[in-house]
Amino acid sequence: MSNEATLHGHAATSHGAEVHHDEHGHHHKETFITKYVFSQDHKMIAKQFLITGMIWAILGGLMSVLFRLQLGYPDAHFPILEDLLGSKWAKGGQIQPEFYYALVTMHGTVLVFFVLTGGLSGTFANFLIPLQLGARDMASPFLNMLSYWFFWLASVVMLSSLFIETGPASGGWTSYPPLSALGDASEGSKTGMDLWIISMALFVVSSLLGGLNYISTILNLRTKGMSMTRMPLTIWALLFTAILGVLSFPVLLSGFILLLFDRHGGTSFYLSDIFIASTNKALPNEGGSAILYQHLFWFLGHPEVYIIILPAMGLVSEVMSVNARKPIFGYMAMVGSMFAIAILAFLVWAHHMFVTGLNPFLGSVFVLLTLLIAVPSAIKVFNWLTTLWKGNIRFTPAMLFAIGFVSMFISGGLTGIFLGNSTLDIQLHDTMFVIAHFHIVMGVSGILGMFAGIYHWYPKMYGRYMNNTLAYIHFWVTLIGAYLIFWPMHYEGLAGMPRRYLDTSGWLSFNQFGGLNRMISTVAMVVFAVQLLFVFNFFYSIFKGRKVITQNPWGATTLEWTAPIRPGHGNWPGEIPEVHRWAYDYAKDGRDFIPQTEPLGSNESAH
Amino acid sequence: MSTIFLLLILFLGFLITFQIAKASEYVGVLKGEKKNFEQNNRINGFLMIAFLVLGLIGVYWCNELYRGKILGESASKHGEEIDTMLYITIAITGVVFVITQVLLFWFAYKYQYSEKRKAYYFPHDNRLEIIWTVVPAIALTVLVGFGLFYWFRITGEAPKDALQIEVTGKQFGWIFRYPGSDNTFGKKYYKNIDDAKNNTLGLIWDDPYAHDDIVVNNEVYIIKDQAVKLIINSRDVVHDVGLVHFRQKMDAVPGTPTTLWFIPKYTTDEMKKKLGNPEFEYELSCDQMCGKGHYTMRAVVKVVTREEFILWRAKQKPNYAQVFPDKDPSNAPKIDTLPKNPATAGVQ
Repeated sequence: MSNEATLHGHAATSHGAEVHHDEHGHHHKETFITKYVFSQDHKMIAKQFLITGMIWAILGGLMSVLFRLQLGYPDAHFPILEDLLGSKWAKGGQIQPEFYYALVTMHGTVLVFFVLTGGLSGTFANFLIPLQLGARDMASPFLNMLSYWFFWLASVVMLSSLFIETGPASGGWTSYPPLSALGDASEGSKTGMDLWIISMALFVVSSLLGGLNYISTILNLRTKGMSMTRMPLTIWALLFTAILGVLSFPVLLSGFILLLFDRHGGTSFYLSDIFIASTNKALPNEGGSAILYQHLFWFLGHPEVYIIILPAMGLVSEVMSVNARKPIFGYMAMVGSMFAIAILAFLVWAHHMFVTGLNPFLGSVFVLLTLLIAVPSAIKVFNWLTTLWKGNIRFTPAMLFAIGFVSMFISGGLTGIFLGNSTLDIQLHDTMFVIAHFHIVMGVSGILGMFAGIYHWYPKMYGRYMNNTLAYIHFWVTLIGAYLIFWPMHYEGLAGMPRRYLDTSGWLSFNQFGGLNRMISTVAMVVFAVQLLFVFNFFYSIFKGRKVITQNPWGATTLEWTAPIRPGHGNWPGEIPEVHRWAYDYAKDGRDFIPQTEPLGSNESAH
Repeated sequence: MSTIFLLLILFLGFLITFQIAKASEYVGVLKGEKKNFEQNNRINGFLMIAFLVLGLIGVYWCNELYRGKILGESASKHGEEIDTMLYITIAITGVVFVITQVLLFWFAYKYQYSEKRKAYYFPHDNRLEIIWTVVPAIALTVLVGFGLFYWFRITGEAPKDALQIEVTGKQFGWIFRYPGSDNTFGKKYYKNIDDAKNNTLGLIWDDPYAHDDIVVNNEVYIIKDQAVKLIINSRDVVHDVGLVHFRQKMDAVPGTPTTLWFIPKYTTDEMKKKLGNPEFEYELSCDQMCGKGHYTMRAVVKVVTREEFILWRAKQKPNYAQVFPDKDPSNAPKIDTLPKNPATAGVQ
């Protein structure tokens, strides 16, 4: 039963007593509440983030299915929608404009923040940092628990906003004022917007508590021998992610607070020269700048896309190396390029604002800095390709998703070169091209990276495997579906079709894509259904999946696979392992892999 | 009813897929883990290469299919430059796209697991890494160079003789103002806006420059081959002037005027003939989320010859004259006639 052993005591003050007992323990009694609800075990918190993220992903995905119904079939009536959603939102079975905009706003907010930030970083930073570094838990398990519960509160507030009379926020996930500041300009800018801001503020708190914890754990709690350059790339990625979050989320919060003041305090940070036709009133506010909000928003908003993609890159690098049975190519270049991306992430925000009237010279600086990011991104792509080259590749579900990630990242990264170029942005800004670009490079890539991580570390999380056949179906339908959905949107964007148009029938220039929109909507529904299959596989396998019987099922070098199959709180029953080499000794000296814990041989050279 | 039926089918599909998946897991156990793994690996390896081939064919086919439905010829001189930039970018990124995707899936297929193969220990190679740092850097320098060259031409100062038109976005429509014969816009202040009194822009009537300003809604006339400069405002929230055929776009921000300029190449009538589409119109779309009517915020841009423009403008009555018909010089000789327009009669 040593596999089920649990270590007692705190991470920092471990007394090393190895006590064998079953999962429920008897030394200090763990109740259901302390084990599953207010747990301070990083592994349980990771699962809480993951499952909350999955619930949000289903809701956010469902929203996209609803608005794709409208886009694909703008003239059709679906009486069931009126039955379910009421006549205010879906009169006559047709999605009303206010509701459509509420759906796209919530879809964006939920997916970007709750799924791909909370769900992705929250899960894997919590799960992997202590396990891969050889720590017993986070630096502060209590703050870590608070981080989850602030996320939970944010979720509750956001969810509640869906049920109020005037509906949730509907000004787009960016919530630009004055639209988001004036309830008279839009229904969704009434109570829904307040709840949105409160929820996002709670989310920022959660993100900061988590981020500070991740950083201090990585810097302080590495086991003996785990120098920074011996860390797996997952940890590097999560470190840069946390730093980005800690530095940029406060700026977003300040932007929201000013917005709150404008909404309720009569200030004029963002408001100037406004006449509201619906109330026939000119507002007293003068001298504010609506563009100021955009600067504050995108100062987080752009790093945010790297907050999403960096963890995915880290997970993919690790999964790819393990399953190609080769070291990741160019470890230091991988770290260096992530560092470059993290720095540049702060210097490119205004490329979202080329057509706001920004000074063209300032715009040109942002063009240069933006396109500079393509260099470290290219390095990463070529390094992944070289990692595959002359490998001995096992197509585990995780590996498939990792390869899918690289394919998507290439496709979406290249269209970024279009949009980052201010000259082309004039034509492409705020069109479907942008939708295609960021869904491929951030949305789909991020989620594929997350899937790679889930499939790869599932055995570590639950001591069981997920069903492989379902996983293969999940992968292929998702990859093919994602391309079918998003590739054609580029053409709509090149034709200038604006985003956030729920019906193009009133236009001569954008109305040539009816058949295409129907195809996209149909595929979107299929892909959504297959994600439900994944969710089913996930929960079913927790209870009924094939049991893991070997400690290191993938033949990986990293520390988490030296822990028991079902590690207790504290991770290692005895001494924490010591590290003697980097994380990527695969196929070295004729051996399949050499764990990090193995000392260097007498005539072996370190990497 | 049909919805319930559909959900039922979906559920059944789930159940069947799940049962097959479960069965295949048992079969795998019976066959032996190793054999099962090798078989799955071969299938997925094959699918990798199949995906690559079908995907590239799909991309090519998609390009052919939509070639005629996107872009079209640019109707402005700036637009030509943007199109050139676009083709340069498509060429460079297209090459990279094909090479990297082919390598990715080809490697995945070629180096799939085989008992005989040993993975090659290849942790890094400075020469290779320098190559793929420098080559993308050069390619991007080219793109930045072209991009900024065109960018500064497009965003540079408008020619002095440009036709000036003020565009104001509101929820949900567009208001256009011409400076009139004095070629100077009159002053305005947003607190003067009064839709009921036909002062939709808040013009200050005490300012004589405002007296000849022409204000029209949702349709704007511009002149072929003459530069036009739009001065862009918003009355309420952020809007965006999108001119797809002219490849122009600029936000309309309340309190902060912005500008753009371009030179239209073809009149609306010429475009109708060129495209063989008698319905054709240049459209101005709102490209920034502005509320529930965002997707309907449309205006029509009529490009006409200089003569047609002069005729059209002569027919327009200044806003001031509409509001104060008694001060309208063209009304002066016929004081005894009733106001022709019942709408303006009411506002006095």
